[in-house]
Amino acid sequence: MITKAAKEHLIASLDAGVRLDGRKIGEYRPIEVKYGVSKTAEGSAEVTIGDTKVIAGVKLSVEVPYPDTPDVGTIMVNAELLPLSSPKFEMGPPGIMAIELARVVDRGVRESKAIDVKKLCITKGEKVWGIGIDICTINDAGNLFDAAGLAVIAALKDAHFPTYDGVELNYKERTEEKLPLSKIPIPVTVIKVGKHLITDPMNEELDCADSRLTVTTIASGEICSLQKGGDMALTVEEIGNMVDLALKYGEELRNKL
Amino acid sequence: MGKLLVEERKVVVPGEHIAEGMDYLPAQWTYRKGDNILAGRLGLLAVNGRALKIIPLSGTYTPKKDDVIIGKVIDVAMSGWRVETNSAYSAMLSVRDATSEFISRNADLTKFFDLGDYLVAKIVKVTSQKLIDVSTKGPGLRKLYGGRVINVNCNKVPRIIGKQGSMVSLIKNSTGCKIIVGQNGIIWLSGSPDQEVIAIETIKKIEKEAHVSGLTEKITAYLEKKCKNKPAVMPEEDSEENSEEKPAAKPAANKKGEQ
Amino acid sequence: MAYTKRLDGRKQKECREIVAQAGVIKNADGSGYFKIGNTVAYAAVYGPRALFPKRVQDPSTGILRCNYNMMPFSGMGSRVRPGQNRRAKEISMVTEKALLPVLDLKEYPNAVVDVFIELTQTDAGSRCAGICAASIALADAGVPMKDLVAAISVGSVDGTLVVDLDYQEEAYEEGEEGVADIPIAYIPSTQKISLLQMDGEITKEKLIEALEMGKEACEEIITVQKKALKEKYNL
Repeated sequence: MITKAAKEHLIASLDAGVRLDGRKIGEYRPIEVKYGVSKTAEGSAEVTIGDTKVIAGVKLSVEVPYPDTPDVGTIMVNAELLPLSSPKFEMGPPGIMAIELARVVDRGVRESKAIDVKKLCITKGEKVWGIGIDICTINDAGNLFDAAGLAVIAALKDAHFPTYDGVELNYKERTEEKLPLSKIPIPVTVIKVGKHLITDPMNEELDCADSRLTVTTIASGEICSLQKGGDMALTVEEIGNMVDLALKYGEELRNKL
Repeated sequence: MGKLLVEERKVVVPGEHIAEGMDYLPAQWTYRKGDNILAGRLGLLAVNGRALKIIPLSGTYTPKKDDVIIGKVIDVAMSGWRVETNSAYSAMLSVRDATSEFISRNADLTKFFDLGDYLVAKIVKVTSQKLIDVSTKGPGLRKLYGGRVINVNCNKVPRIIGKQGSMVSLIKNSTGCKIIVGQNGIIWLSGSPDQEVIAIETIKKIEKEAHVSGLTEKITAYLEKKCKNKPAVMPEEDSEENSEEKPAAKPAANKKGEQ
Repeated sequence: MAYTKRLDGRKQKECREIVAQAGVIKNADGSGYFKIGNTVAYAAVYGPRALFPKRVQDPSTGILRCNYNMMPFSGMGSRVRPGQNRRAKEISMVTEKALLPVLDLKEYPNAVVDVFIELTQTDAGSRCAGICAASIALADAGVPMKDLVAAISVGSVDGTLVVDLDYQEEAYEEGEEGVADIPIAYIPSTQKISLLQMDGEITKEKLIEALEMGKEACEEIITVQKKALKEKYNL
C-alpha cells in the first residue's frame, strides 16, 4: 500500500535529480553475470542487479514436436517468485506476477528468433530438442524482468547438449555442442513516476510507478517484444522515450554477458 | 571454579561453550548445561560481573513496554486504529490514547490518522499473548508528515542513536535532516533529497559496522567527506535526540538552517 | 566387502568439500548457503512474523514452518516439474522435526518462523544440505537457538561404512551387500539425533557404528557452520 505522501516524496526527489538510493535518473545498479552456477542444468547463469539476484537454468530434452511444426524444436519458459526471495511471495503455484515474468521473457527469446529452432530438429515429425528454461528468484530488490531476461540469455549461452545416441539421453555426459543462439534479446524495464522516466527501478520506485514498459531489443536495434504494465496509460511520445532508453540500456546490459 | 572460554565482545553462535564451571551465571540469551554455560543465540558476549549475557546482532523486533516506535496505520477500527509495528504483532491505538482532544462517537477517525500514516508512538502495554496497546499522547509522540522511512536491524538502534543521542545528532547536523529513530528499527527522515540519501547511507554504514570499535571517528570522517560540511560539534547532554523527540514545535537541533 | 576404495577416492569417514556462508539473501531475516560436493542449498528464514490464516495459529507458541524445494534444473537427470511433490513435502516435514529441538518459540505466540530451502543443484545428500543451510539461516536470523544443527548422510556401500554418500554411491549396484543410505541430523550439545531415515539394508551393529561415524562428521560440519556465521559478523 503506497501512500500519496510517499509518492509525492519520491517525485520531489526525482525533481531534484536524486533517486532514493542516490543513483542518477538513468543509472543502473552494479550488474554481474555468473555462468554455470548449476552443474545439473545443461546451461545456467546467475545475474545480480544491485541486490536483486536471479538464477536461470536450461534443461534440454528430446520431445515430440507440435503437429503443426513437425521439424522445429520447442521452447518453454517458466518463472517462480520463490518465497525465499522476498517476504511478499507466498508458497504455491506461480501467481499472475510470475506468469507475466515468464511470458515476457519467453516472448523476448521466441520473437527475436534468438534460437534457430529448425536446427533443433532430430527426426522430422518424431523427435526434436526441447528447451526448458526456468527462472528462480533468489533476492527480489526490484527489476526482476531485466535480471531474469539477462539470466535466461546467459544460461542459453552457457548451455551444452547432453549426449544422445538416438535412443537414450545421457545427462552425465555433456557434449561440446552449444545451442544455435544467434541473437541476444535484452529486456529493459522503464517506469513512469509523475513525469519522470526511470530505468532499473527498485521496489520502492516500482510501488510508486504510474506505469511500466518492458522493451526487449536485439543488437541491431530492433524491438522484438513489448509489455506495458501499471494502472495508468501512456502517450505515444512517452512510449517513444521509453523505447529510446531501452535501446540505450539494452546495449549496456548486453555488454555484461 | 570457573573459566571464561570466550573473550568479551566476541561473536558467539548458538550452542557455543562460553564458560566452564559454576562461577559464572547464565543471564540473557545464555543457558547452563551441566557444568558449562552455552550461548542461546547469535550475538556478542557481554560479561557483567559474574553474569554472562549475549547482545543480539540480529533478530526481528520484539515489542516491549515503554519503547517508542515508528508505526504505520494499517486499519481504522471502530474506536481506534490498527498500527503495524515491524514485528510479528500489530498494535492497537485507541481513540483515548491518541489525543486529548474530544472525539465524538461519529467522528471520521481518518481525519486524525489515515491508512498509511506514520506515527511516533509509545508502547504502553504488551500482554502475554502479545496484544499491544500504543499511545500517541506524550512528549514527542505524533503523526509524521512527509519525509521517508527506512527499515534497519532493530538490534543496531542503540548504536545508531549513540550515547545520549550523539550519533544520530552527528548525522542530523551534517545533513540537516530531521531524523527519528524508532526502537523497532523504523527510521523516519526528512530533508533535502540528496542529504536524505547521505543520512541513509551513513545509517546503513553504522548498521553494518555497529560492533566495530572506533565507529564514531569513522562516521565523523565519512560525513565530512560526503557532506563537505564541517559537522557541528557533538552535543553533550542532548536528551532531545533520543527516540523520544520533542514535538514539531521545537525543531530538531539543526545548525544548518534547512527548511 | 568389496567396496574398499570409494568411487571418488575419499576415505571412509571423509565428507566432500564444504563451502558455507551466512547472510546471502538480503531480504531475509537470516539466510545460509551450504555446498557439499556438488549439492548446493540456499536457506532463508523469515520471522518470527505474523501467521495467516488464523486457524493455523497456536496461541501457546510460535510455530516453525519448513519448506524444501528443488529447482527444476537441480536434479541429476531430466527437468523436474516445479512445485512440491510428495517427496519434497516429506522432506519439509522431517526438516522441521530436525530443527525444532533446538528452538523455543514460546515467546512468539500465534507467530511463525518460516524456513525456505531451495536446491540449485544436487548430487545426493540434499535434505542434509538443506538442514545445514537452514541451521545457519536460523542462527543468522537471531532466532533463539540452543545449538546449531548439522546433518549428513551415512550408510554402507556393499558392506563398507561410509560418510556422505554421493549419487554414485547411493546408486551403487555392484557387490553382494547392497547399499544403506541413512541421513541424520545431530545436535552436539545434547548429543542427540533429530533426523533419522533409512533406505536399504543394514544390520543393527553396522547401523550403530554408522551413527557414531555420522556424529563425528556432524561435529566437523558444525565448525564449518560456526565459521560461516562468525565470518559474516567479523569485519
